[in-house]
Amino acid sequence: MTTGGTATKPDAPPRPAPAATVTQRRWRIRLLRDRSLLLMTLPAVVLLAVFAYVPMLGLVTAFQSYDIYSGFWHSPLTGLDNFQRLLDDPIFWHALSNTLVISAVQLVLYFPVPIALALVFNEVVNARLRSFVQSVVYLPHFFSWVLVVTVFQEMLGGAGALNTMLRRHGWATWDIMTDPDAFKYLVTAQAVWKEAGWGVIVFLAALAAIDQSLYEAAAADGAGRWRRLWHITLPGMRGVIVLMLVLRLGNALTVGFEQMLVQRQAVGRDASEVLDTFAYYYGVVNNNFSYGAAAGLFKGVLSLILVLAANKLAHAFGEDGLYRK
Amino acid sequence: MTAPVWEEPLGPVGKAGKGITLFLVVAVILVPLYSIVLTSFSTQAAINEAGGLVTVPTELTVEAYRQIFTNQLVTHSLLVSLAITAVGTALSMVVTVLCAYGLSRHGSLGHRGILLFLVVTMFFSGGLIPTFLVVTSLGGYGEYWTMILPSAVSVFNILVMRGFFSGTAPELIDAARMDGAGEWRILWSVVLPTSRAVTAVITLFYAVGYWNSFFNALLYLPDNGKWPLQMILYTYTLQGSSMPGGGVTGTGQYAGHQQIAQLSLQMAVVTLTLIPIVVAYPFVQRHFTKGMLTGAIKG
Repeated sequence: MTTGGTATKPDAPPRPAPAATVTQRRWRIRLLRDRSLLLMTLPAVVLLAVFAYVPMLGLVTAFQSYDIYSGFWHSPLTGLDNFQRLLDDPIFWHALSNTLVISAVQLVLYFPVPIALALVFNEVVNARLRSFVQSVVYLPHFFSWVLVVTVFQEMLGGAGALNTMLRRHGWATWDIMTDPDAFKYLVTAQAVWKEAGWGVIVFLAALAAIDQSLYEAAAADGAGRWRRLWHITLPGMRGVIVLMLVLRLGNALTVGFEQMLVQRQAVGRDASEVLDTFAYYYGVVNNNFSYGAAAGLFKGVLSLILVLAANKLAHAFGEDGLYRK
Repeated sequence: MTAPVWEEPLGPVGKAGKGITLFLVVAVILVPLYSIVLTSFSTQAAINEAGGLVTVPTELTVEAYRQIFTNQLVTHSLLVSLAITAVGTALSMVVTVLCAYGLSRHGSLGHRGILLFLVVTMFFSGGLIPTFLVVTSLGGYGEYWTMILPSAVSVFNILVMRGFFSGTAPELIDAARMDGAGEWRILWSVVLPTSRAVTAVITLFYAVGYWNSFFNALLYLPDNGKWPLQMILYTYTLQGSSMPGGGVTGTGQYAGHQQIAQLSLQMAVVTLTLIPIVVAYPFVQRHFTKGMLTGAIKG
């Protein structure tokens, strides 16, 4: 990638080359052969270089006291000061604990839903009914968080359908959207509504890959529905379940940034502050860029460790996880 | 598809359980959407009678749409969203298709290195603040390109597509090469026509991403004259209805038209954001399983 134009020129007529340049020549021939392919990757490489790699270098702000006028190059270095402050900041710890609690609630209440739905859908014999149901449950995946939260607001909010109904019967109302104690369950319900249907796809594919003759043989041997589920279906889904679990654990520190952001005003900072919103509010909103970047870097490094650890765990269970050993 | 003969029929409890589950799952998704759309078409009287969202159609009107389409902020945001979606999707698809094909040949020069360069960004990123600083130092504050360029490439989509492309029958490619076709020609007339499913799905993914993009507008576009529709939805519908006394609500601008409820104006904005997705969806939906999985697993 780094060498320029001269190499792409066709070679001079062949003459006996010294042994040392043979590999170089072969390299040139490959470059000549693959130059269109390399050129094709260029736009993506440039975009990622500018918008993914330069920001990685920009993480140096986390070790600076950044100000806009001095920029990356001239802002004074402060070493680990920002991280020191972060660890002494109760709001940061609160954001971390919120993140972990919401993640844990989602692991327990969200994760099994797509698996269960896949098992039910797989039992639907009528092809048209099945494709109708699948189309409907995939749909919310394509909605924005603003839209999903708006839908929940209209259903469960203070002026929403639920409370209108309660009021009409003279019962006590409950504005779930602004109740800090209910927030972790609310965001989990929103995640289920938006993504659980889409999550079914991978599990359905795993189910389709199970050898049907296993079921027939088991049935012939007198295994009932539940025994077949336990001894054939679930083992057949094991690889995918482990993979999804690895992804979920690796993403444990990422809990719907936009989802939290758009509900912050309604439910308050205490309930909705997570690591991502912490970095955003301190960094961008309060112009404390270095502090926000430090929080972001803290999260990024921790997430990377989590992904690698989760993969190790998958390997320990004899599964592939994200990548093979 | 019919049940195999060896399978014992479901008992009445199992049958009822399955039916109820399916019904509930579908209802939980469709009923809110139905009632939001219906409310946007309802008169003030119908909304008053229902006490909020309308579930049974009584008096219908398109007045809410007539009014939001005379509102400059809304119409402009609609145009902004459509333009960002069209331009962004086109750009993303060109970049993605080219890169995916460029990496699809085993043993081509440098493809392992470039692949690594891409995949690293899936595991680690500079994060929000450094990205914000880079984009603003490139002069992005207040510019429309911030809605497109920073998120133009999805490495995941490239990998999915690459998986498909490398599965293209090699004899087709060899035959084309015998006929003197170069890589560009092979991509255009051999590989792309055999990869319609994955192309359709990935186009939808990108288009939906741009249509839904909200946070970049919040970050980089402070001026509400440049807002996309999602920002209008956020500010005037979501915040407008949940913050008593705070924020801007839709009513102010429509003071002269009391007969239409604020709620139906808000629901009309919600419906506008829904329409393109619901319209595009059926064309692509049948490719989902194929488009998603084959590529993802190979990639």
